[in-house]
Amino acid sequence: MLNLPRCNNLISQLKCLTQELLAGDWLVLIVSTLCVIYLFQTLWTNEHATKVQIRLGDQVYATYSLNQQREIYVHGKLGDATISIAQGKARFAKSPCHTQYCVHQGWLTHAGQAAICLPNQISLELLGEKKPYDTLNY
Amino acid sequence: MKITQIQTTEEDHRIAKLAAIAIVLHMVEAVIPSPLPGVKPGIANIVTLYVLYQYGFATAAWVSILRVFASSLLLGQFLSPTFVLSLSGALLSLCVLWLAMHLPKRWFSPISLSIFAAFAHIAGQLIVVHLWLIPNAGVSYLIPIFAVAALFFGLINGLITQSLIES
Repeated sequence: MLNLPRCNNLISQLKCLTQELLAGDWLVLIVSTLCVIYLFQTLWTNEHATKVQIRLGDQVYATYSLNQQREIYVHGKLGDATISIAQGKARFAKSPCHTQYCVHQGWLTHAGQAAICLPNQISLELLGEKKPYDTLNY
Repeated sequence: MKITQIQTTEEDHRIAKLAAIAIVLHMVEAVIPSPLPGVKPGIANIVTLYVLYQYGFATAAWVSILRVFASSLLLGQFLSPTFVLSLSGALLSLCVLWLAMHLPKRWFSPISLSIFAAFAHIAGQLIVVHLWLIPNAGVSYLIPIFAVAALFFGLINGLITQSLIES
């Protein structure tokens, strides 16, 4: 890769690599690393989901609490799909679609997770409730 | 039978040769299995960036667009979602490179441009995914992974391009 004559062993190669970076490059690297960290923090919240939102086509069909045991039947473009809700989890239990990707995806447990059935135009998305000071005790 | 002859210039030949290299790299990459669709090293971008530095923006744009069209024809993906994703990534990446090439060369080496291009690539693809393929949600969970991959491969590709330009 970097076959410059002065970079012939691993340590000097690493030194050479850092010498190739100019001041602006370091700035770009640092800023983009911070952006990536920010993305992780905002999009990978390990928050527990409290609600499930069901979409049909481009509209929100209904939103249910996850704190129940229930089967929901939704009439999609191809036919009836069955969505199961069970104590903080939700999933497609039955779908009339050909591929069955949505069913095979299994239980959704965390806020932000989603299962999408494109042929039947139904999607599930788990929503969380942001309570930042929930665990503070005085 | 009348034979039509197309007059070609030196520039055309150069573009064709460079695009051919980019297509080969694209093919090699298509064979490498990827844990996630979308996470790819993007080694064909090394050619785009190298061409940008050696021959200017117009040639780089030709090479990049030709690469996208020809590779999709060879892989049988022409006009499929994969092709549209590839094209949108390449187009946004070119836009960003056009802006970034005006940055002062004293401070910003090809490594910066490579990182910008990698982020633009994934951003262009995510915009299409959001507007057309999966409008609701679901992809947002994967964005951090795409971003890490873009940063990592952008850096590596930039270092390779840097050493190619120096040699």
